Amino acid sequence: MTDILPFLKTLISTSGVSGNETPVAKLIEEKWRPLVDETRLSRVGSLHGLKHGSGKKRPSILIATHMDAIGMRVSHIVDGFLRITNVGGIDVHVLPGAEVTVHSTGGADLPAVIAMPSSKLLPESAGDGALEIGYLLVDTGLTPREVEKKVRVGDLVSFANEPMELAGDIVSGHTVDNRASVAALTVCLEELQTKPHVWDVWAVATVQEETSYLGAYTSAFEIRPQIAIAVDGTFAKGPGANGWQTHTMGKGVGLCIGPNMHPFLHKKLKELAERLEIPWFLDVTTSHSGTDAYPMQVTAEGIPTALVEFPIRYMHTPVESVSVKDIQRAGRLLAEFIASLDENFVDTITWDE
Amino acid sequence: MPTFGTSQLKLLEKLCNVIAVSGDEGEVRKIVLEEIKDHADDVRVDALGSVLATRLGRGAKRVKVMLDAHMDEVGFMIVADEGEGIYRFESVGGIDARHLVGKQVFVGKERAAGVIGGKPIHLMDASERTRKVPVDSLRIDVGLAGKAKVGERAGFATKFRRVGPSIMSKALDNRFGVATVIELFKHAPSNIDLCAAFTVQEEIGLRGAKVAAQFFNPDLAIAIDSTPANDLPHFDETENATYNTKLGFGPAIYIADGSTLHDPRLVRFLQAVAASAKIPHQLRQPGGGGTDSAAIQRALAGIPTVSVSVPHRYTHSPVSISRVDDWKNTLALLHTALKKITMDLIGKR
Repeated sequence: MTDILPFLKTLISTSGVSGNETPVAKLIEEKWRPLVDETRLSRVGSLHGLKHGSGKKRPSILIATHMDAIGMRVSHIVDGFLRITNVGGIDVHVLPGAEVTVHSTGGADLPAVIAMPSSKLLPESAGDGALEIGYLLVDTGLTPREVEKKVRVGDLVSFANEPMELAGDIVSGHTVDNRASVAALTVCLEELQTKPHVWDVWAVATVQEETSYLGAYTSAFEIRPQIAIAVDGTFAKGPGANGWQTHTMGKGVGLCIGPNMHPFLHKKLKELAERLEIPWFLDVTTSHSGTDAYPMQVTAEGIPTALVEFPIRYMHTPVESVSVKDIQRAGRLLAEFIASLDENFVDTITWDE
Repeated sequence: MPTFGTSQLKLLEKLCNVIAVSGDEGEVRKIVLEEIKDHADDVRVDALGSVLATRLGRGAKRVKVMLDAHMDEVGFMIVADEGEGIYRFESVGGIDARHLVGKQVFVGKERAAGVIGGKPIHLMDASERTRKVPVDSLRIDVGLAGKAKVGERAGFATKFRRVGPSIMSKALDNRFGVATVIELFKHAPSNIDLCAAFTVQEEIGLRGAKVAAQFFNPDLAIAIDSTPANDLPHFDETENATYNTKLGFGPAIYIADGSTLHDPRLVRFLQAVAASAKIPHQLRQPGGGGTDSAAIQRALAGIPTVSVSVPHRYTHSPVSISRVDDWKNTLALLHTALKKITMDLIGKR
């Protein structure tokens, strides 16, 4: 198995805030092009990579990994400082002191920092808790004149801290959610280079998962796969998170059950993981899984859908952390699952009643 | 004084990128000793860890001038090991906990990579989303196989960078002061005996400066530090009248802060020097805060003391921002002033 770490670090260092995924889409396309038979972009910007199967009849499977990132957008410019609003589910706790990049209309990427003004500059109602995003300012270190020249309302702002490797095979940085899944799908495609498969495989990096699931809705509709699998992070146990929703990181792949997921696919993935001795754990969601599995399941006349996961610590912070081993495991399980599909698999999908 | 340029900025960068939390200033001390050793008549590391260096002038009637800059920065100490790479920590110095969630740190002398995480927003209830997260519910995570030790210090992992007219870095408070005193020490005028005090533990009570002043017993002292510029827009865009200092307006001369009434003779002297040499400068708004000058002024039988600071925004946070020109003008002001110091300055009040 190739080492996915360098690609993952490049992935999480490349911008792609929801709605503006082009930079990361280009990077992924470059990586996937030699691994698939064709690549193209959907009408809304999701990246489709098609790897042909060997069967006479070729049913297709769609693996969806969203490539967009949560971020911010300039809402107002005052005295050379930028006010911002969120794109996706930003936790305001992480913003003061965060290193960011302002992607300016002028084309330049401006390094900047998110500033928390002193309480003297805020209304009393702002309180001494976590400040609302509307009170924060972005400082580019440039003079007001330079800022007026370069930046426009609407320009994107993304997190900019560099990835860190922590002891024990852990990668930490922003946008690990969900570039780690893009990395897992890449591992899967690499494995499939030497693993025969009957089915067509659509590797898809979706857009706007964090805001509207736009990519997953539209790609699933265009491709109309027989089955679909979303790959995404789940919550890792760790400081501040120890409830039933959390799982030990570094200990395997999560296979999720709940209303968005077809129980038959779950059962097959589980049996396969056990046969291959790929460590796995059961994850459950009571209703909306909050992943691309949710939109794909209800696309067209409905698609049997599964959700494969791995634990991520500190989700939606700039220090999201993931075990590289878990990513490799998820990639391998996906490849083995694809290789296990025969021409008639769809007809065997049943309800266990 | 040589032309201001890359060599000064390189020195500042080197100083900013090492971590020297109060009580553990070794990394900065190493750089200071290396930089000054060829220029000093006497160098010693005192009982607390401050570097005290003397460079003698020539001729009679030399004034003994103490230049003070604290080497330490705010940061963290590991206080308990919770297993599997997770550690409790406490802040050292005044850090607003709201700057900590989601930040990267280096731990210990080996600079082990670590992060201060936060609970995922998806798992928070409505009140948690707006509540401040106190330090005692945060942890430093160095990875599943990570090993840190109780007692080790940690600091922000952000790197120094130059951006347009500015510098972005951690610890500008007070590596500006350290770099300034190193430069002045290397290019000291001969009319003074220069006593350089690179002090420890300023952020936790001005402790190094107190004994440094007692050791040197100077005729006068200048504490060189970095002070907040709160020159951001008011939320409703009305006038900000409590800016403390502003970036781009030059070195900030202190008149009075929360702990010192700065010696008026020295304040007037610095203003006059700046005016006659046409060096941009500003008066720090009288108010709170403090520098090593508080400890120095009241040492022994009293030492005439003033403070000069390079302004920075976002104090004690992972990234502060300053203007290169403000530092350049700080160096110019102090170097010009040192050349003009005579005993008459403090001979009469």
